[in-house]
Amino acid sequence: MSEARGLTSWLTTTDHKRIGLLYFWTALAFFLIGGIEALFIRVQLAQPNGQVVSAETYNQLFTMHGTTMIFLALMPLGASFFNYMVPLQIGARDVAFPRLNAFSYWVFLFGGLLLNASWFVGPLFHAGMLNVAPDGGWFGYANLTERQYSPGPNIDFWVLGLQILGISSLAAGFNFIVTILNMRAPGMKMMRLPAFTWMTLVTQFLIITAFPVITVGLAFLMFDRFFGTHFYVREAGATPILWQHLFWLFGHPEVYILILPAMGVVSDVLPTFSRKPLFGYPVVVYSGILIGLMSWGVWSHHMFAVGLGPIADSVFAATTMLIAVPTGVKIFNWIATLWGGDIRGTTALHFAVGFIAMFIIGGLSGVTHASPPADLQQTDTYYVVAHIHYVFFGGTIFGLFAGVYYWWPKMTGRLLDETLGKVHFWLQFIGMNLAFFPMHLIGLLGMPRRVYTYAPELGVGTLNLVSTIGAFLIALSILIFLVNLWRSRTHGQPAPNDPWGGATLEWSVSSPPPVYNFSVIPTVTNRLPRWSTERHGPMRDPPAVPPEPIHVPGGSWWPMVAALGLPVLALAPLTQTLWVAFVGAALLIAGVYAWAFQPFEV
Amino acid sequence: MTAHTSMGLDNRKMAFWAFIGSECLLFGSLISTYLVYKGKSIVGPYPPEILNIPFTSVSTFDLLMSSLMMVLALAAVQRGDMKWGKIWLFSTALLGLVFLGGQVIEFTDFVHKGLTIGTNLFGCTFFVLTGTHGAHVTVGVLWLLTLWVRALQGKLGPANAMTVEITGLYWHFVDVVWIVIFTVVYLIQ
Repeated sequence: MSEARGLTSWLTTTDHKRIGLLYFWTALAFFLIGGIEALFIRVQLAQPNGQVVSAETYNQLFTMHGTTMIFLALMPLGASFFNYMVPLQIGARDVAFPRLNAFSYWVFLFGGLLLNASWFVGPLFHAGMLNVAPDGGWFGYANLTERQYSPGPNIDFWVLGLQILGISSLAAGFNFIVTILNMRAPGMKMMRLPAFTWMTLVTQFLIITAFPVITVGLAFLMFDRFFGTHFYVREAGATPILWQHLFWLFGHPEVYILILPAMGVVSDVLPTFSRKPLFGYPVVVYSGILIGLMSWGVWSHHMFAVGLGPIADSVFAATTMLIAVPTGVKIFNWIATLWGGDIRGTTALHFAVGFIAMFIIGGLSGVTHASPPADLQQTDTYYVVAHIHYVFFGGTIFGLFAGVYYWWPKMTGRLLDETLGKVHFWLQFIGMNLAFFPMHLIGLLGMPRRVYTYAPELGVGTLNLVSTIGAFLIALSILIFLVNLWRSRTHGQPAPNDPWGGATLEWSVSSPPPVYNFSVIPTVTNRLPRWSTERHGPMRDPPAVPPEPIHVPGGSWWPMVAALGLPVLALAPLTQTLWVAFVGAALLIAGVYAWAFQPFEV
Repeated sequence: MTAHTSMGLDNRKMAFWAFIGSECLLFGSLISTYLVYKGKSIVGPYPPEILNIPFTSVSTFDLLMSSLMMVLALAAVQRGDMKWGKIWLFSTALLGLVFLGGQVIEFTDFVHKGLTIGTNLFGCTFFVLTGTHGAHVTVGVLWLLTLWVRALQGKLGPANAMTVEITGLYWHFVDVVWIVIFTVVYLIQ
């Protein structure tokens, strides 16, 4: 029953906690890569007529920055937490399909590596290094991405990489829907689920419904580029607008796929550090579900500039304003949770409150896009860049950092240093406002996004310099965060089961939890099992030593073998070599069959 | 195998229902694209010149019958009648193969009549939509044949009825998708 050690045990692991840690470190690495790309962008834009990078390199930098941050950093950081925490929060020993979970991770890793390999493999395509990375923007608008206008392998890497990453998200989506609905401990009713688990559930439903749409959009692009179809070719009677519809039909739910887990984290962190139950828990849950549903009805607000006509524009303006309502409801719930609470100003709480403040700003600028006449002025300017960064950096990243400081002791058994944590918070908070607030003004003054430089006459040089300084402050804050993580290995105080006095089940087991999670599966009698309220006392923690032996499923190589088949398959069109496709298909099929017939009792 | 679950539904079965929900969006996007681009081809051949409704009606009937075989296969496995279980599993796979054969003949015929995947928008949308469906049928046939081989080896019995049921879920779903495609692409021109 003792935990297996060594490299093999990690490569074959099916333990949700280890997979959560693998997701964490991998996503953190990609987050740093995406951050370095952002710094290059900011250095280039620090002054007018910047000469640091060429226009071609700049296109690759902003494309890879956006793609990396969304698909390789934010989504998998959320995945790291729902992998680690959801089984613990619902009182389960693992997810419903442990090997499928491992498969999701390996597919994510290989997809991310394939995308980023594009930086270095230029010479294989008779181009220089740093020449064949994707360069069509993170939304890859057709028909710019067609072979006619993007002849190199750049877009191929993007299309194939995203297809692979989609498979990872879909597999995790099915897995976590079943886990949350079906693996709950006795008495853990749906309306007793911790808010983070609830928001994860909504996120998974968005993933399994939104990703098929982008899959089809990308498949069309792939067929256009490799097999001579005309899905987005105007000359053949097609309309490139089809891509925009398919992309944003996926893209707007994706926005909520990125923000809902962070909202869930904050909804767990605030009650713990206010010593108060989440204010209006059912409303937080229902508004989360409502956001999920409504996120399907707003996509065309990304397309006001297309000119879809007054009726379509009016409808989407209305739905876009409406979706701000359930979001606003959540914000009031969070504030009311803090109100009158016994507040402890931990780093995790700092980040959670920072999330609320920054997300309000991002939400407000979002509502300004809902008005088509205003949006036409903002489209493709830095104003939109400011909005997206207040939502994703001020929102998702702050929320996820709240999660890191909150759950790190549970995941590693060591507390992070609170002083360093607060230095990290304040530097990041000041840095992000310096970096992104001026972008509102830069945009309204007329600077277009995705253009590699600007003329001094535009008068946005100073604002851009401020923004660049802000970006470097963020970088410094992240360095301090990394130091904090590193120091905690040796200098961090050992964490008890429950360093914060949390209400939910993950705090009832040791830090880090034993491989089987719960020595005895808990029976849940209320929504805040570990707190005493006027109606009940706290539940007893499971015993440290299991009263009877617990079966822990062994590892498996096959999820990784099957996952490896996908990037190999992707290499076939990239290298125009047919036999590579057979190797990839063989790996995938062999992996799936060996997996299916491997004895594996959950 | 089926452990206690919170909703009383087998984990794999629930995952498959979620998967089928996801697949609805996949085929929904493909079918919508077909409809959006209907009549937008600027060169021929156009659907009425190409589509052979009697031929495809036979394929459709064949696929519908395979669903019946699937139902009989599951019923046989559930009652432990592995002799008929094997027969019906193989029949389902065989009818699936006949459908795929029909698709090969149809595609070849279309190419001879001058419609390839790159000819016009009809070619693009038709081949990618029906091809994706055909790929799903292929996966289903491989799956059914795998179960059939397991049954021949004596490794498939009433204890694995859930596996057969899930295979059936998939197979019926693929069948239903074809009914939609047949209606939208062939019958409503």
